[in-house]
Amino acid sequence: MLVTPILHIQDLTKTYQSTVKTLTVLDHINFSIEEGSTVSIVGPSGSGKTTLLGLCAGLDRSTSGVVELNGIRLDNLSEDARAQVRNQYVGFIFQNFQLLPTLTALENVMVPLELRGEKNIKPQALDLLDKVGLLERAHHYPAQLSGGEQQRVSLARAFSNKPRILFADEPTGNLDAETSEKVVKLIFDLNREAGTTLVLVTHDAELAAKTQRILRVKGGKLISDERTGV
Amino acid sequence: MNKLNLPWLVKMAWRDSRRNRSRLLLFISSIILGIAALVAVFSFGYNLREDIDNQAKELIGADLVITSNRPVNPQLLPLLDSLGTRRSRERTFASMILFPKSQGTRLVQVRALEGQFPYYGKLETVPANAAQTFRNQQQALVDKTLMLQFDARVGDSIKVGEVTFQIAGILNKAPGQSGISATVAPAVYIPLQYLSQTGLEQKGSRINYLFYYKYDTPVDIKKLVEKLEPRLEKELLNTETLDTQREDMGQAFKDLTSFLALVGFIALLLGSIGVASAIHVYIREKLRSIAILRCMGVSAAQAFLIYVIQIMGIGLLGSVLGAALGTVIQQLLPQVLQDLLPIEITVAVSWLAIFQGIGLGLLISILFALLPLVSIRNVSPLNTLRLSLESTSMFRDPLKWVVYVLILLFIFGFTYLQTEKLKEAAYFTLGVLVGFLVLAGIAGALMWAVRRFFPASWSYLWRQGLANLFRPNNQTLILIISIGLGTAFICTLYFVQTILLNRVSLSASENQPNMVLFDIQQGQREEVAEVVKTMGFPVLQQVPIVTMRIEEINGKTAEQVKEDSTSGVSPRAFGREIRATFRSTLTDSEKIYEGTWHGKVPNPEDTVYVSLDKNYAERMKVNVGDDIVFNVQGALIPTVVGSLREVDWNRIQTNFRVVFPIGVLEAAPQFHVLITRANTPAESARLQQAMVRQFPNISIIDLELILGVMDALLDKIGFVIRFMAAFSIITGLVVLISSVLISKYQRMQESVLLRTIGASRKQIFTITALEYFFLGGLAAGTGIVLSIIGSWALAKYSFETSFSPAFWPVLVLFLLITGITVAIGLFNSRSVVNQSPLEVLRSEG
Repeated sequence: MLVTPILHIQDLTKTYQSTVKTLTVLDHINFSIEEGSTVSIVGPSGSGKTTLLGLCAGLDRSTSGVVELNGIRLDNLSEDARAQVRNQYVGFIFQNFQLLPTLTALENVMVPLELRGEKNIKPQALDLLDKVGLLERAHHYPAQLSGGEQQRVSLARAFSNKPRILFADEPTGNLDAETSEKVVKLIFDLNREAGTTLVLVTHDAELAAKTQRILRVKGGKLISDERTGV
Repeated sequence: MNKLNLPWLVKMAWRDSRRNRSRLLLFISSIILGIAALVAVFSFGYNLREDIDNQAKELIGADLVITSNRPVNPQLLPLLDSLGTRRSRERTFASMILFPKSQGTRLVQVRALEGQFPYYGKLETVPANAAQTFRNQQQALVDKTLMLQFDARVGDSIKVGEVTFQIAGILNKAPGQSGISATVAPAVYIPLQYLSQTGLEQKGSRINYLFYYKYDTPVDIKKLVEKLEPRLEKELLNTETLDTQREDMGQAFKDLTSFLALVGFIALLLGSIGVASAIHVYIREKLRSIAILRCMGVSAAQAFLIYVIQIMGIGLLGSVLGAALGTVIQQLLPQVLQDLLPIEITVAVSWLAIFQGIGLGLLISILFALLPLVSIRNVSPLNTLRLSLESTSMFRDPLKWVVYVLILLFIFGFTYLQTEKLKEAAYFTLGVLVGFLVLAGIAGALMWAVRRFFPASWSYLWRQGLANLFRPNNQTLILIISIGLGTAFICTLYFVQTILLNRVSLSASENQPNMVLFDIQQGQREEVAEVVKTMGFPVLQQVPIVTMRIEEINGKTAEQVKEDSTSGVSPRAFGREIRATFRSTLTDSEKIYEGTWHGKVPNPEDTVYVSLDKNYAERMKVNVGDDIVFNVQGALIPTVVGSLREVDWNRIQTNFRVVFPIGVLEAAPQFHVLITRANTPAESARLQQAMVRQFPNISIIDLELILGVMDALLDKIGFVIRFMAAFSIITGLVVLISSVLISKYQRMQESVLLRTIGASRKQIFTITALEYFFLGGLAAGTGIVLSIIGSWALAKYSFETSFSPAFWPVLVLFLLITGITVAIGLFNSRSVVNQSPLEVLRSEG
């Protein structure tokens, strides 16, 4: 069976221009990710993995090269058009949760659906909160939740718009070991259930090993691309 | 979703504001006072306009009034007597009166009346019937201020010229008389039939002739006046109708309300800068939320609109609060201004003013908030992962420049709507712009200088306090602009008031003339001078005055000048009565600006060279060498402009626009003015009594009295201005409090960190105090310097006087404003200083 790539990266380069020199953060990166697969991007600090994630998810624009998400060339699109793509196809999980502090857990989960103009979204959002075990905390604000709870709300939010691809940036980076384990389990369970492609950036070798494929980045270059056999 | 789903945007704006509403209200509170000031002034203006419309009839007292400042041509009398269903005549002039019981004398406005005027409104008297009974008897109505001043009672008598009148009643109110005009020259009504017996109606006397008409059946007064005007104008008669009265008064008070509205507008602008600054910080704190929303697919326009809606909501709330406060404050304005106005001011809620205020508040809060809000468009979703490396500077974002232009257009538009003068609106806008730029420039220069010449050898506390001026999240720019502008405003008001009062009191200083005797007839000239000298008073100046008007300029009459717009001569030059003198030398308050002074006409057939005041000649557009024919009470005298003089009009002495050489006007009908000095009020009273007894036709102006009136008037006007300026000052303080609170949120973490690593409360307190001391001191100092420059320019170019700022009041103001800044800074930072670091971390977390 021929699997179509959900994400196709070709000759991706990102440079930053400072007053004195040009800093190349990503240097001619090439890879493709099949739909429904799980991939981790690993590498030392400053290797360019977060920048790569940002470009793959259409959060930023490359200096050169192609980023194609679900068959759509992101590098040609305006920021607003990329925003529409993100809302349609992409989910995010961040290291520091990035919940809207003035919205309740429920409202945070509802926002992506509201943005799509969907109706009767509350039961869906409550169902997702139930899946992450936070139904009883639906009306709490982020500041009233623990780090683990916030990340679970973030997970519910990420899956609320039924994304085709989920990007996770160090999803357990701010959590203790026990909570991390629970969150990781949830990520993979929900991912499997929804059939979503998962791309995660991590330092954690144990977590990376749970994905089907590991992309290693160093000094802005893709140095290896291994299948884990998961 | 790319379409702008408004209900969702409103919902998001509401949700996003949840934890910030009290802060947003604090930000917006700085426009509340500005809106309140404007709504109060607008409401006052609308009520005043309505009052003028309603009371115009009572102010003018008749349907038509015809006035003349010289005796009416007898040929015109049949026409004047044919107008109206009912008619009254009045002659008014300034004269001395004597209270025989107390021997008190006073310059008054004598109003000799015949007929039943006023037809609308009434002469309010005590007893009430006196307004009617005095008309047919040798009786007078005397203004209440005079009655009080001379402790007179109804039934006492007063002497007007040669005739003694019994006081029939106390005059409380007459048409068109304001509190101030009654203080300068209080009114005394006498029946017209006794005027000739008083002996005050002499040639050269300055009498106004008034004819009042009432129509019992409806008549189109406007058409009637249009028909009459050509004939009346030819005889130099003026007309007043209900419409002209409304228009004239409406215009006069529109100027007053425009001025007050502009003062209020400055408060609003000051507050708006506060809003812009606060929103700037607010948006910076919201960067993360905006980035998260952008990540989830919110478009730049949607993110921008979420915060625009928030500002609109809070701006609306602030404006409504301001409008409500303004409606309350407008109850005070009539009390403050009543003495200056000749009408009864009513206080009513003006919905138009309220809606205007709310609209203005909404518009200005959005406009100024747009400055920080437009940057939302550039917030990258990448901020969720890390702070964006690429930020758009103001210079790169053209939309910011569009907003700046919109703000300037708004300021210009508002000012133009108030003043209806393009030039003034442009100057005002330019003035505001320059003020802001200077203060912003100084703030920028300060930050640069502190960084560049940082005193590394100072103690840590001083260095930390100083460093806070330029470090990220500093409030230097906004505080220097708001405090500096507020200080400049207060200080300028103080300086201008001092300049005006100094100018007046300079005239009253030692050895300056302070009594002016006028209406001295030709035959009384020497006798009066003799009496003055005999009584021990100096004759400082004695000059003849001849009244005349201009008949022709360069061979063209008034009609020809009106028709020929290319002549360059101002039509206003004709028709006005000119009081000229003749003498052979210049006085010490004059100097020749152009041409040659001619003091004498040697032979009757020689050319008569006259000298004109330079400014007067400029207004008339007449130059040296131009021909002018003067009509001296019927005799035409051809002259040539020989010279233009610069005249110091601030000196208390007789100054003239037109000076003839000797040898021309000696035989013309004339009266004289004598200037002297009385050292004490008792001396002044002694001279006045002697004059009134011996020369009842002579009027005396006691400068001390005028000074007193000026003082009271300036006090009242000063109070009005201070009242309005208070809005700016309090707004400045609100902006200050708001800015300090914003910086408190920003500094909290840092102070907590300092306390955690061992800084004592005292040290934090000192750092904070030093920072606000530097800010307050520099802002106040800059404001004072700006104000000194502005006041100097006003003194030199507008008031044409010298200016030396008083040191001590300025120092007190400087210390006061710096002190308040430090106090507010410390008060609002007390939670950082007083609480334990852990508590602060928890509460802020």
